Amino acid sequence: MTSPARTVKKLRILVGKPGLDGHDRGAKVVARALSDAGYEVVYTGLHQTPEMIAATAVQEDVDAVGLSIMSGAHLTLFPAVMAALRERGAGDVLVFGGGIVPDDDLPVLAAQGVAAIFKPGTTTQEIVEWVERVVRPRAEARV
Amino acid sequence: MSRIDEILAGNERAAARLMRDLDDRLPSAIAELRLLYPHTGRARVIGVTGNPGAGKSTVVDGLIERYRGAGKRVGVVAVDPTSPFTGGAILGDRIRMQRHATDPGVFIRSLATRGHLGGLSRSTCDVVSVLDAMGCDVVLVETVGVGQDEIDVMAATDTTVVVTVPGLGDDIQAIKAGILEIADVLVVNKADREGADRAVRDLLHMLELRHGSGAREVEIVKTIALRGDGLELLVAAIDRHRVETAGADGRERGRRRAAAQLAELIEEGLAEVTRAAFVERGGIDALADDIAARRTDPYGVAHEIIAALLSGAHRR
Repeated sequence: MTSPARTVKKLRILVGKPGLDGHDRGAKVVARALSDAGYEVVYTGLHQTPEMIAATAVQEDVDAVGLSIMSGAHLTLFPAVMAALRERGAGDVLVFGGGIVPDDDLPVLAAQGVAAIFKPGTTTQEIVEWVERVVRPRAEARV
Repeated sequence: MSRIDEILAGNERAAARLMRDLDDRLPSAIAELRLLYPHTGRARVIGVTGNPGAGKSTVVDGLIERYRGAGKRVGVVAVDPTSPFTGGAILGDRIRMQRHATDPGVFIRSLATRGHLGGLSRSTCDVVSVLDAMGCDVVLVETVGVGQDEIDVMAATDTTVVVTVPGLGDDIQAIKAGILEIADVLVVNKADREGADRAVRDLLHMLELRHGSGAREVEIVKTIALRGDGLELLVAAIDRHRVETAGADGRERGRRRAAAQLAELIEEGLAEVTRAAFVERGGIDALADDIAARRTDPYGVAHEIIAALLSGAHRR
């Protein structure tokens, strides 16, 4: 049989809001921008626990998890989500995020393995470029 | 341990990855699905369809709760539309179901239509099969918000629940919404809204017109899914449909389902072969240019391509 034309792999990305803050405008803008870039975006809505996000990431087989955190709890929530992913055998899923994160905390999060933090003022185009540069090669290389 | 063994042992990650590969139509994934197929056929597959905004996801959320309460393992496949312009999709049905996200007895998977018409994705039946093989007792399939002819769900499920809401318009509207014909159970959701009884009457009236055709009586259930009201009645109506169609009807439905899936798989495979044939001949645009300029005609070109494909078939 003729092999099907090689097509670009459809990336799947989770966008969610862990914790208690209810400001979801940014998360929705990012979700929309990622969808406009041609990705399948699983949007979980507000008030997610790290366990809910990790379970969803596994069942939906996403390539990356994007967290929007405006509450100041980023130093707790990012590691908690990553630990929950590892617990479910999904430690390879990239975690990135955005929101209100002081510059001093950026290296701390990077050391914890957070793949990228997009600060206020980031354009959606920059996020899409990051996905293409960092997320896509890993997704394409997946066995 | 092979991925198939992992899935049969209940490994969610392995199952989710196979679902992804099935959605991507990888030939290797189809081969794996063949190994799972003998383990399928046990789950009760229930479709939930209806107008956009009718509350399908909330009804599904309520059904998950009821079936979990009865000790059933529940799978959910929620389909949302892919944008024809960007190829992307926002899969948001599960927002309404996230309270079940960490329940080990619930597996929710969102799918995008990826250009497939009919209210489901091309991979929906395959993903249902994986959930079935994993041991789900019930699989709920939520379609995209449908208008009139997105009726694939009927061929893909054992029981089709059509969700509507009061105030959509007069009975003409109900006729136009051809999805009425595929309902095994009808739900009037948001029944606390004005016009709920009127909606039920209109639907009853519409159903009466079907009588005499030998069709089974369709139950109408009023729900307020957000509050959980009426969901026990819905579960009971679905159960009655299951019992009443368990015998010859059920076998007939199973046969129809298998036939629809087989036909679709063959069409899909042939479409792939056809696309390759176009490419071999310089692309469909080149062929179309010749036809538009009347240098050739569509009947002859189509005949030639089909003849070439058929004569080449034995080479494979």
